[in-house]
Amino acid sequence: MLTFLNHLISGISLGSVYAIIALGYTMVYGIAKMLNFAHGDVIMVGAYVCFFMVSSFGLHPIIGILLAMVVCTLLGIVIERLAYKPLRQAPSLAVLITAIGMSYFLQNAAQLLWTSNYKMFPAFFTFGGKNGVSFFDGRLNLSWTTIVTILACLVIMVVLTLFTDKTKLGKAMRACSEDKGAAQLMGINVNTTISVTFAIGSALAAVAGVLLCSAYPTLMPTTGSMPGIKAFTAAVFGGIGSIPGALLGGILLGIIEIFAKAYISTQVSDAIVFAVLIIVLLVKPTGLLGKQIREKV
Amino acid sequence: MAMPKREPTKLVPVPSTSIIPERDVDKAPILECRHLGIDFGGLTAVNDFDMAIGRTEIAGLIGPNGAGKTTVFNLLTKVYQPTRGNILLDGVSTQNMSTAQVNKAGIARTFQNIRLFDNLSVEDNVKLGLHNHIHYGMFQGLFRLPGYWKEERRAHERALELLSIFDMEDMAGAKAGSLPYGAQRRLEIVRALATEPKLLLLDEPAAGMNPSETAELMENIVKIRDTFQIAILLIEHDMSLVMGICEGICVLNFGQIIAKGSPEDIANNPVVIEAYLGKKKEDTGC
Repeated sequence: MLTFLNHLISGISLGSVYAIIALGYTMVYGIAKMLNFAHGDVIMVGAYVCFFMVSSFGLHPIIGILLAMVVCTLLGIVIERLAYKPLRQAPSLAVLITAIGMSYFLQNAAQLLWTSNYKMFPAFFTFGGKNGVSFFDGRLNLSWTTIVTILACLVIMVVLTLFTDKTKLGKAMRACSEDKGAAQLMGINVNTTISVTFAIGSALAAVAGVLLCSAYPTLMPTTGSMPGIKAFTAAVFGGIGSIPGALLGGILLGIIEIFAKAYISTQVSDAIVFAVLIIVLLVKPTGLLGKQIREKV
Repeated sequence: MAMPKREPTKLVPVPSTSIIPERDVDKAPILECRHLGIDFGGLTAVNDFDMAIGRTEIAGLIGPNGAGKTTVFNLLTKVYQPTRGNILLDGVSTQNMSTAQVNKAGIARTFQNIRLFDNLSVEDNVKLGLHNHIHYGMFQGLFRLPGYWKEERRAHERALELLSIFDMEDMAGAKAGSLPYGAQRRLEIVRALATEPKLLLLDEPAAGMNPSETAELMENIVKIRDTFQIAILLIEHDMSLVMGICEGICVLNFGQIIAKGSPEDIANNPVVIEAYLGKKKEDTGC
């Protein structure tokens, strides 16, 4: 029973990271109607920036995370300006290919800059020399990383939901996702709104990168790509375009993955994750919380 | 600028002046189009479109289906970039403005087929119109600083005030997509007004309305003009509405202006009658 609880908690923790990454996919998709496959690699960049700030410059981890967020925000905006904005009117396939290209570009640039040798990401979240808290004579362990990850995910979800529902920029984002033309005619600058979306998604990617590497401390230029794809899966699973969907999809995917690893097989856990996705999409093509998309005639 | 007096012979087309020369003579027009034209590939959709609208004029743009009326709206709002000619809004050329900038500069519009943000509440739709008049930054919004609360409260009050024009305050919380058709049309007008335009473009505001609703709409359009002191240009097929409230009318056919003038001029204009009803046998000369 306690082993089950342990697995469940690590599943929720991993799922929280997926959820935060999935937010980036889902928000960008909701507004720009494009899949930003470079998102996973922005995570990697965020983790590297934080790593160097803390290990090489000896800065406080919090400052490291904040700087990583700033760098990723700028990176996100630059990627959008240079690679995606010129293709705003292009067919979506062209944008998709560009995004994949951007993903490889970031990976290879990271390899050139930081070599392909892995780096050990330091343990940030220790309080009083301990890695976490134990219950039942050490049979149930809660690491601080897990606690921080789950809390961060919840806070981000709440803040982001309030932001999109209650603020003028958030509403502008929702308006753009519904009808860009009408939004423009109401005086909303669609390009700025899309940039803001990329900025928010990329800042969250930095947070996700640090949390991910705190839990799984091997940092390589390819670190971001698999979680990126999993988080994309989570976004589709929960219903792409929906913020609560990203949370639900991410957490469910994390739990499924950890359970598959623990009870079935480590080797085929990824296969099981994607099999679940396929089944869900067969039954509910719009994802768990996805809205029925009305085709305009 | 001296406006030429309207000819008793009701000659068409008149040069680039207000549709009704005797209105707003001493003031500069809010909108002036000079030789406006657009081609789609080889097709000339609108050509040589000359028009001026006074600051508080209610003007009508009419014409048979496919005449290019909505294209003119799309040119005015810069949804399309004109191939030729110039648009002056309050004396300023909109040549290099984007759609959003044109809206900020003072042109708002509604749509022929309703384009509300269906999944947002009625109030949020109006607040989107207020977008450029709510002043707080992203961080104030993210962390809900005092500036956020102050501006949001102001926006809320303003939204309800605007909704009250059509007695729609009680619908503020409903989803825009769930409103009945007539209310959706009215909400579009409110949303456009929220952007604080100097010129309001209404694309078939009475489409799908019954005669009593249309009569109410006519009163409301005049009321809006009087309250907000703005110019209104409307596209409409309902002749009772156009003849009832428009002070100047511009008739478009095949992308060309075929007549401009007061409602009486237009109603008796043989060119207009011909465009709408076809040529009389004896007039064709064959």
